[in-house]
Amino acid sequence: MAGLAAAFGSGAMTNTIGDIAEADVFLATGTNTTENHPVLSSFVKRAVKFNNAKLIVVDPRRIKLTEHAEMFLRPNLGTDVAWINSLMHVIIKEDLYDKKFVDTRTNGFEELKKIVEKFTPDFVESITGILSEDIIAAAKMYAGAEKGCILYCMGITQHTTGTDNVKSLANLAMLCGNLGIRGGGVNPLRGQNNVQGACDMSGLPNVFTGYQPVTNKDFLKKHEEKWGVTGMSDQPGLTVTAMVPKAHDGEIKAIYIIGENPLVSDPDLNHAEECLSRLDLLVVQDIFLTETAKMADVVFPSVCFAEKDGTFSNTERRVQRIRKAVEPPGEAKDDWWITCEIAKRMGYDMTYENAEEIFKEISELTPSYGGINYPRIEHEGIHWPCPDENHPGTPILHIGQFPIGKGNFHAIDYIPPAEKTDDEYPLYLTTGRVIYHYHTGTMTRKTAGLNERSPESFVEISSDDAAAYNLEDGTIVNIASRRGRIKARVAVSEKAVNGTVFIPFHFAEAAANKLTNAALDPVSSIPEYKVCAVKVES
Amino acid sequence: MSDSSSITINGNKFSFDSGETLLDVAVRNHIDIPTLCHLKGATPTGACRVCVVEVEGAKSLVESCATPASNDMIIQTESPKVIASRKMTLQLLLSSGNHNCAIRGSDSGDWTDFQIRVQQEDGSTDLCPAWGDCRLQDLAYRYQVSGDHYPGDEDLSPMERVNPFIIRDFSRCILCGKCVAACNEIQVNEAIDFGYRGASTKIITAGDRPLKDSDCVFCGECIQVCPVAALVEKDARYDARPWDLKKVKTTCTYCGVGCQILLHVKDNRVIKVTGVEDAEPNFGSLCVKGRFGFHFIHSPERLTSPLIKENGEFREASWEEAIGLVAEKLTHIRDSSGPDSIGVLTSARISNEENYIAQKFTRAVLKTNNIDHCARL
Ligand code: SF4
Ligand code: SF4
Ligand code: SF4
Ligand code: FES
Repeated sequence: MAGLAAAFGSGAMTNTIGDIAEADVFLATGTNTTENHPVLSSFVKRAVKFNNAKLIVVDPRRIKLTEHAEMFLRPNLGTDVAWINSLMHVIIKEDLYDKKFVDTRTNGFEELKKIVEKFTPDFVESITGILSEDIIAAAKMYAGAEKGCILYCMGITQHTTGTDNVKSLANLAMLCGNLGIRGGGVNPLRGQNNVQGACDMSGLPNVFTGYQPVTNKDFLKKHEEKWGVTGMSDQPGLTVTAMVPKAHDGEIKAIYIIGENPLVSDPDLNHAEECLSRLDLLVVQDIFLTETAKMADVVFPSVCFAEKDGTFSNTERRVQRIRKAVEPPGEAKDDWWITCEIAKRMGYDMTYENAEEIFKEISELTPSYGGINYPRIEHEGIHWPCPDENHPGTPILHIGQFPIGKGNFHAIDYIPPAEKTDDEYPLYLTTGRVIYHYHTGTMTRKTAGLNERSPESFVEISSDDAAAYNLEDGTIVNIASRRGRIKARVAVSEKAVNGTVFIPFHFAEAAANKLTNAALDPVSSIPEYKVCAVKVES
Repeated sequence: MSDSSSITINGNKFSFDSGETLLDVAVRNHIDIPTLCHLKGATPTGACRVCVVEVEGAKSLVESCATPASNDMIIQTESPKVIASRKMTLQLLLSSGNHNCAIRGSDSGDWTDFQIRVQQEDGSTDLCPAWGDCRLQDLAYRYQVSGDHYPGDEDLSPMERVNPFIIRDFSRCILCGKCVAACNEIQVNEAIDFGYRGASTKIITAGDRPLKDSDCVFCGECIQVCPVAALVEKDARYDARPWDLKKVKTTCTYCGVGCQILLHVKDNRVIKVTGVEDAEPNFGSLCVKGRFGFHFIHSPERLTSPLIKENGEFREASWEEAIGLVAEKLTHIRDSSGPDSIGVLTSARISNEENYIAQKFTRAVLKTNNIDHCARL
C-alpha cells in the first residue's frame, strides 16, 4: 500500500483480473496464487498454456505455480530488494529499459541507476542464492515483454522491508514502461475479500474515505459539516500494531473489535494476549466466539455475508454487491446497526434505513466512489475511481499520467532480514496459507470437507533438513522460536528449500504467530511474518 | 458491413467475424441451437453431435459448435434431417446410462425393473438427482424421445463417493467431455482426462485414482459444467431440486478476487453455491472455498445473542443492556482518559458500508483516529 502510493500516488492493483489474460510475461513473486487466489491463478495458467505467455516465479517455496513457469528463481528469505535491484542493474546495463517512459513519466532515474550499480548478478547471487545467469535471463525476459505483468502478495509485503520490496517492484515496472497499459502493471493481490474496501472506507488511522488525509483541514471540515459534529482529531491515530502494545502500558484503555481475530493473526501472539487482557474494556463483534471474543467483556453477535446487503471492493478495485439470502441466526444483527446503536446511546444520532442509504453517504463524501450507486452495479461491479454517474469506472490506472503527475523511482538499498538464524535456532520459518483454509480458519474450519482435506497444522520441511534434524515424516514435533513454541506434524515436501520451513497460519491450536517476529516495517507497520529463526525438535 | 462476410440461417442473413463458429453466430442472434458438449472459452470437441445443422451443399450434417462460419453458407437449424439426427443421438445417450427420470419412457415395460436397479445402485428412492436440472432431460422433452429404443448398458463403473465434495456417477456420464475441458482449459488444474477406449471409455484421473488422490483441487468447475447428474455436489445430491430453490447473487466472502456467486437457498439454508457465468471477474469459475466452504453460515457455533462477561463467565444479555453497557463505558473512558485512549479495529471481512460506519463512529463520536484493520497483517 504505502510503497505503491509513494511511487504512483495510488496503492491499489493497477490493472484488472481480466487484463491478466493479455500479458506476455508474468513476474509472480511472494504469491502462492494457485492456493490463495485460485480463480485468478487460472487466468495466468491459461495465458501461459494457450497464449504463449511466459511466467517467471520468484519464491522461496516450490509452489504449485512453478509447474507452469518458464523460470523459477528461489531467493533466500528476505532478499527481495537485492534480486529486484539486480534485474534493474542488468536491464539498465544492457540498455533494455523504456527510455521514453523513464524520460517523460518518472522522477529519480539517476539515483536509481546509481544504487543498482553495485547489484551485479554475481554479487546478488551471493546474497540471494539465485544463479547469476538466471538473474540475467529473467531480466531479459521481463524487459523483453511488450506487456509485463507483476503479481505479488504477502510474501513481498510481510517483511520489515516490505515497503522497500514494493517500491522496488514499482521501480522495475516503471523502468520497463509497463504501466497504464493493458496486460501490464504492478498488481498486489489482496488476501481477504474486502481488504481493498476496508482501506477505501478508511479503516485506517491517517485518512478519511478515498484516502483523504485527516491532517488536511479542508477534508476535516468537509466531514465535520457532513456529519454535524465539531472537534474531530486532525492527528493520525494508531495502527493496530501500535495499538495493541499500548494496551499493555495503559495508554489504550478500550478496544472495540469488529470482525477480526487478532489473537490468531497478530504477530508475537503471546504478547498480544497479555496486552488485551490489561484493557478496561474489550468489545468484540463477530459471527463466532473467536479466540479474541473469548477475552472480551462484551460480545455482540453479527450477521455473515449471506445475511446482509452491502458492497465489497475486490482486489482489482471493483465495487460489487453482496445480497441477503438467508435470515440470520437468533438475534444476530448487521454490524452497521450495532455500531449505530452504540453511537445513539452515546448521544449521536446515526440512523439509516438500510445499507444502500449508507452507500449514498459514502459516494457523497468519497470522490473515487462518487459515481457508483447500487443500480449501476446491479449486474457487474465498477472499478474505482469513478467520479460521476456517467463515468464508466477505471479498469486500468495510470494511463497517460500518474495521479501525482510523474511516478517516483526510489533508490533502495538492501537490508538483511531482521532476524538471523544461529546455532540454537538454525532454520528460517515462513508462514502462509493452504488452499482449503482462509485466514484464521474461523469460517473454513466449520466445513467438514475442508477439514477432511486439511485437518491440522503442519511444518513443511525439505528431506535434507528432515534427515539433518532427525525428523520423521508424519510425526508430531516441537517448533520453537525466541518467542514461543508450538507443535505440528512434519510434512517432508519438495516445496521446501533447505534451511527454511513453512507453517500455515490458519490453526489457532498451533498458531504459527506464536513464533513470528513482531518487528515492523517502519512505514507500513506490517510485521515480519515471513522470516523468523526457529528450531524443530522431535 | 459487406456481403462478403455473411451467412444465412433459417432464411435470415447474418454477418459474422472471422473465427466465429456457426454456433457463435446463432447464439449472438438468439437462435437456439441445442448443445451438450460445447463449453464457452474451450476448444470445441464435437463430441456429442447434438448441435448438428444442415449446410446447403454439404454431404452430411455438421457440428455447429466446431464449424467456422464461411461466406454465403446457407444453414438450417431445425430441418427434418437435423431433427432426426438429434433424436437418434439423444436416444442413444439416454439408453446408455442410468437416466431414471420421467423421460426414460415406460412403454416397453422395463421401466420398473430399471428404476429398481438404478435406485439400488444409487442408494436412494428418488429419481435421478439432476431431475429438473439436466440438459439431456430438457432436450429429450424438446425432441420427444425416450431411452428405451436401444438396449441399456449394464456394465457401468461404480460411483465414486470417497471425497468430501463431489460424487462421480459414471452410470450417468454421457462422455461429453465438458468436465475435461473445464479442468484442463478453464481452470488448468489438469486433473482429469478421457481414459481407456471404445466401450470402456471413462473420465479418469492420472492412474484412474479417486479424485482425492489426484491433482484435483476441488474447484468444482467440472460439476458446474456437467450437463447431467454424472458430477454432483455431495451435500446437495437429492436436496437441490430447482423448483425448491431461491438463487441469490452475491460476492464470495473469502479472497480478494471477489468471485460472483449464486447462493442456492432452501428453507432459509444455503445448500449449494455456483459461480455466476455471465459476469466478471470469474465468469462462473470458483475455488474450493467459494464453492464448498459455506457451512459456517449455518454452524451451530454461530453467536446468537449479545454476551456480557461477569466474574469470568459469559451470560446472555439483551441488546438494550449490552449496548447500554458498552455506550456507558466508552463514554466514561473517552471523557476521563481522553479520546485517544480508545481504539477501534475494523475488518477486511465486513462490508464497505460497515467499515464506513465504524470509522464514522470512531472519528465523529469517539473523536479519535485510532482506527485500523488487520489487513496489513
Ligand atoms: S474439481 Fe476442479 S480440479 Fe477437480 S476434477 Fe473438477 S475441474 Fe478438475
Ligand atoms: S462427467 Fe459430466 S461433463 Fe464429464 S464427460 Fe461425463 S457427462 Fe460430460
Ligand atoms: S471462490 Fe475462491 S477465488 Fe473466488 S473469491 Fe472465493 S475464495 Fe477467492
Ligand atoms: S455441442 Fe457441438 S458437438 Fe456437442
